[in-house]
Amino acid sequence: MVIDKIKKRIEYDDKEDEHKSDIPVGKWVKCSKCKEILYKEDLHKNYSVCPNCGNHFRLSSRRRIEQIIDEGTFNEFKIDVKTSNPLEMEDYIKKLEVLKEKTGLDEAVKCGTGKINSKKVVICVMDSNFMMGSMGKVVGEKITYSIEKAIELKLPLIVFCASGGARMQEGIISLMQMAKTSAAIEKLNEHGILYITVLTDPTYGGVTASFASLGDIILAEPNAMIGFAGPRVIKQTIGQDLPDGFQTSEFLLEHGFIDKIVERKDMKDILYKLLKFNSN
Amino acid sequence: MSKISAWQRVKIAREPDRPTALDYINNIFDDFIELHGDRFFKDDKSIVCGVGNIGNQNYTIIGEQKGRTTKENIERNFGMPNPEAYRKSLRFMKQAEKFKRPIITFIDTKGAYPGLGAEERGQGEAIARNLMVMSGLKVPIIVFVIGEGSSGGALAIGVGDRILMLENAVYSILSPEGYASILWKDSTKSEQAAEKMKLTANDLLELGVIDEVLKEPKGNAKFDVEKMSRIIKNKIVEYTKELQKLDVEELLEKRYRKFRDM
Repeated sequence: MVIDKIKKRIEYDDKEDEHKSDIPVGKWVKCSKCKEILYKEDLHKNYSVCPNCGNHFRLSSRRRIEQIIDEGTFNEFKIDVKTSNPLEMEDYIKKLEVLKEKTGLDEAVKCGTGKINSKKVVICVMDSNFMMGSMGKVVGEKITYSIEKAIELKLPLIVFCASGGARMQEGIISLMQMAKTSAAIEKLNEHGILYITVLTDPTYGGVTASFASLGDIILAEPNAMIGFAGPRVIKQTIGQDLPDGFQTSEFLLEHGFIDKIVERKDMKDILYKLLKFNSN
Repeated sequence: MSKISAWQRVKIAREPDRPTALDYINNIFDDFIELHGDRFFKDDKSIVCGVGNIGNQNYTIIGEQKGRTTKENIERNFGMPNPEAYRKSLRFMKQAEKFKRPIITFIDTKGAYPGLGAEERGQGEAIARNLMVMSGLKVPIIVFVIGEGSSGGALAIGVGDRILMLENAVYSILSPEGYASILWKDSTKSEQAAEKMKLTANDLLELGVIDEVLKEPKGNAKFDVEKMSRIIKNKIVEYTKELQKLDVEELLEKRYRKFRDM
């Protein structure tokens, strides 16, 4: 539930990439982990993974879909649901409008159907560029709609998670999205539909405590930060420093909460194999 | 009734002498046996579980439990559950389904415990699983928010067919302190946050998150626990009868729609 100081990594501004041919030399970025200075185009070609240390930069939903879904097969669902402002927060709607303009996204998740090596799936991809991927009513609705669509179309469901948790600005309504999405997963299970979640950096709070943790198979990218409570809150509560590697993918694997850590370059292939092994 | 501010209600909900789940349980049910443990790790005392009856009707009862004294509070972790508390409740909820007993839950927590062990043992997974499984349990579930209902830690036993709230109880995404700290980077603005968050019973009724507000006895619930218990008991009896009239399919479809529409 807590969008607190989850260690901020360098956000990879892929909007610039779209126009990279117009931009002369000098598009460099520093790796937040090894501090190596990287040429953006090299980074881009390497799935936005640092060629030096393997650090997985955060990805936009658009680039994630490019990496996972066969070219030209993604069909975004048209889901007409308006952002509610249940707490009547000043500036909230305006803030969303500005973000929509800035990111070219309509909300913190992109949902639709697409093919992975010709296998059709329903896919949802959360985007941390949009209010840290937080879940309010629209995100809850889009995820739930996608789950219901997977049931209707009898297609496997894949959800890439990236979220600071439930969206504070929508208060209790955000909290209720946890129940809503989890109830939809219960229905999905009754229908015997395969559900794979992929936890990416960061996955926290109300998203961890709902659909993200309910996959038949739960994958994670290396070294992603994943947890329920944010590290700052835990540190304050227990009054001591957190151990190295706490709440990383590797920590979750060790404690038995994820099935496998998959590097970005292998993700499509692994997803394809899992789809193949789990189809009748 | 509307004269009391949201922040005042937060304070009432947190009073150390506010009636707890066990106070109500002991008053409401003719007989109650507490049963312990998640069968995986331990018996987390921040949630009490057990079986009880009102006349011929048996129930499974689950309640988040704060302590009165410091010693009790340490034992009960100030009513802040670790994952094993949610797994314990899930075990008893599944048992309720097996024996076709309606489930009564009492929500009263500052939130799920944010600790090292909680993360190691999958706090998020435990809450998520409860939300998922509760949505499909084939018996009526009646939820009472009796004190503080904060975050996923409250919701984890809060997916039901009827959700009722005591007049001075609060229910929110996070504590007002946490909310102020995240949104305004200032935890001292908790009073302002409380007013903003729509966390009172009346606000939540208006938002459609709960079904009914239960008026508390004069003063508030602590001044007449027996009367408050009778009010809750009457609602349990009334809604059990009402929900038992539905066949399982209808019950589950209505529960699904209830949250689907939020």
